[in-house]
Amino acid sequence: MARTPLTGTRIRERRTAQGLRQADLARASGVSPAYLNLIEHNRRRVSEALLERIAGALGLNIEALSEGAEGALFDGLREAASAQGGAAAAAETDRIEEFVGRFPGWAALLADRQARVAALERTVEGFSERMAQDPFLATTLHEVLSAITSLRSTAAILVENDAIDPVWRTRFHRTIHEESLRLSDTAEALVGYLDTLDEAESGLSSPQEEVEAWLTRHGFHLAALEAARLPAAEAMIAGVPELASSAARTLATAHIAHAHADAQALPLGPFLHALAEDGPDPARLAARFGAPMPRVFRRLACLPASAGQPPMGLVVCDGSGSFTFRRPMPGFSVPRFGAGCPLWPLYEALSRPMQPIRAVIEVAGRVPQRFLSYAVCQPVLPGGFDGPQVLEAMMLIVPAPPERSLPDRAVGVSCRICPRIACPARREPSIVA
Amino acid sequence: MRDKHIVLIEDEPNIAEAIRFILSREGVRVTHHASGAGALAMLQAERPDVLVLDLMLPDRSGLEILAELRAAPAFAALPVLMLTARGQNRDREAAERAGASAFLAKPFANADLLAVVRELARGGA
Repeated sequence: MARTPLTGTRIRERRTAQGLRQADLARASGVSPAYLNLIEHNRRRVSEALLERIAGALGLNIEALSEGAEGALFDGLREAASAQGGAAAAAETDRIEEFVGRFPGWAALLADRQARVAALERTVEGFSERMAQDPFLATTLHEVLSAITSLRSTAAILVENDAIDPVWRTRFHRTIHEESLRLSDTAEALVGYLDTLDEAESGLSSPQEEVEAWLTRHGFHLAALEAARLPAAEAMIAGVPELASSAARTLATAHIAHAHADAQALPLGPFLHALAEDGPDPARLAARFGAPMPRVFRRLACLPASAGQPPMGLVVCDGSGSFTFRRPMPGFSVPRFGAGCPLWPLYEALSRPMQPIRAVIEVAGRVPQRFLSYAVCQPVLPGGFDGPQVLEAMMLIVPAPPERSLPDRAVGVSCRICPRIACPARREPSIVA
Repeated sequence: MRDKHIVLIEDEPNIAEAIRFILSREGVRVTHHASGAGALAMLQAERPDVLVLDLMLPDRSGLEILAELRAAPAFAALPVLMLTARGQNRDREAAERAGASAFLAKPFANADLLAVVRELARGGA
């Protein structure tokens, strides 16, 4: 069955018509939201088997999503007709060939407009998905909502009450003044932030993010690497939709080699057995298997979901503090751009190589979250004894133990969105009042 | 609503002040707490007729407080109005599961707030 390049558009259109979220359809079809996003933006072809699953999840016949190759013009016109909805006068789709035959110019113009509308919708969708995931935007929007809530209530009180106590009146006037200042500050921060975003960016923006999207789809566990023989990395990454850039494929190849060596040194069965006996103490596990600590960190963060372990997050940075690996976990997010909180044990480890750091952290946010973190930094000399010395720091995040034997360390995600205003390590003002 | 007692847990001082003004004018007694810390003990002392609870508090989630309340026999039936952010459907569903009696999305109209609180104070949900 032929599929026109607009199959993705058709999937998106059917999905939004049913009010289904992209993440929900992705789950129901057994793919990652990032992959479905690429398909819906017509940036990836969709296999017959997957199209079947998507159609099934939407409760549609596969024919509804794929059509004969009549050309993009007809597709565009059908899109335009269906996007119009039921309320307005229906377009005569049964006479579409007559329309194209008699008014080719108008038909092309209409299809072109429809494509433009679809592109704009994509941009809007991209932004709304970003808003749902981006901690900076989520925090800023919360600020905006709070300021507007207070402005609206206060202004209504002043308007609806003529006889209002002068003391209260003064107080409410002050509130309006304060909140309007806060609103303009927040708006300024928001505009500044949006300006920094790459306008053309619609999906995954860096090779590292492509690799993370690929690993996320596999739950950060690549089952093929448990076999003794290293599978051909080229075969594992060939045709993977998330790994679009050659830089991403290079990073993925390196990850495969690393993860395979980790899996061989720490075989899954014995490792899980040791984990059940000793708990997730990386040093104890390293000693038991005679493995270097970074290997244990990576292995812990890449266990299969079937192992029944609680989710573990991992952040790795190089000597400059730049993230080289991020596995977030629920409640612990890692900034997409720039550096993390300077008080993370990760950076403390970077400044004290070979010194293990175990700390309970309380991550500031609208709802603070407690985690247990293990951080360590090991220098390596890949170029020989004379250096250069290459540093790599790692921080493993596991759910916090209920008992409070260690004092909590107050940390954040990133200064810009951190509510700990008086933090001594602050590097720039927070937009959170 | 006269003589009713309402406890408000809301961290935004200006929102809290507006709510307190709107409700006080109806003759109810409003006690305001800016933080969710020690909420259970505080409510045991205050014994309110209605609780107005913000979902996003800086120190504790309103959901956590609500779940704790519903687990305590003394507060299993306390009418709780949850203030949520507009459009946060997930939050709303979570609040519903945790046992909120009613919701109000921010920003809200003062008349709506009054109507919901009046309804809850009367014993309806």
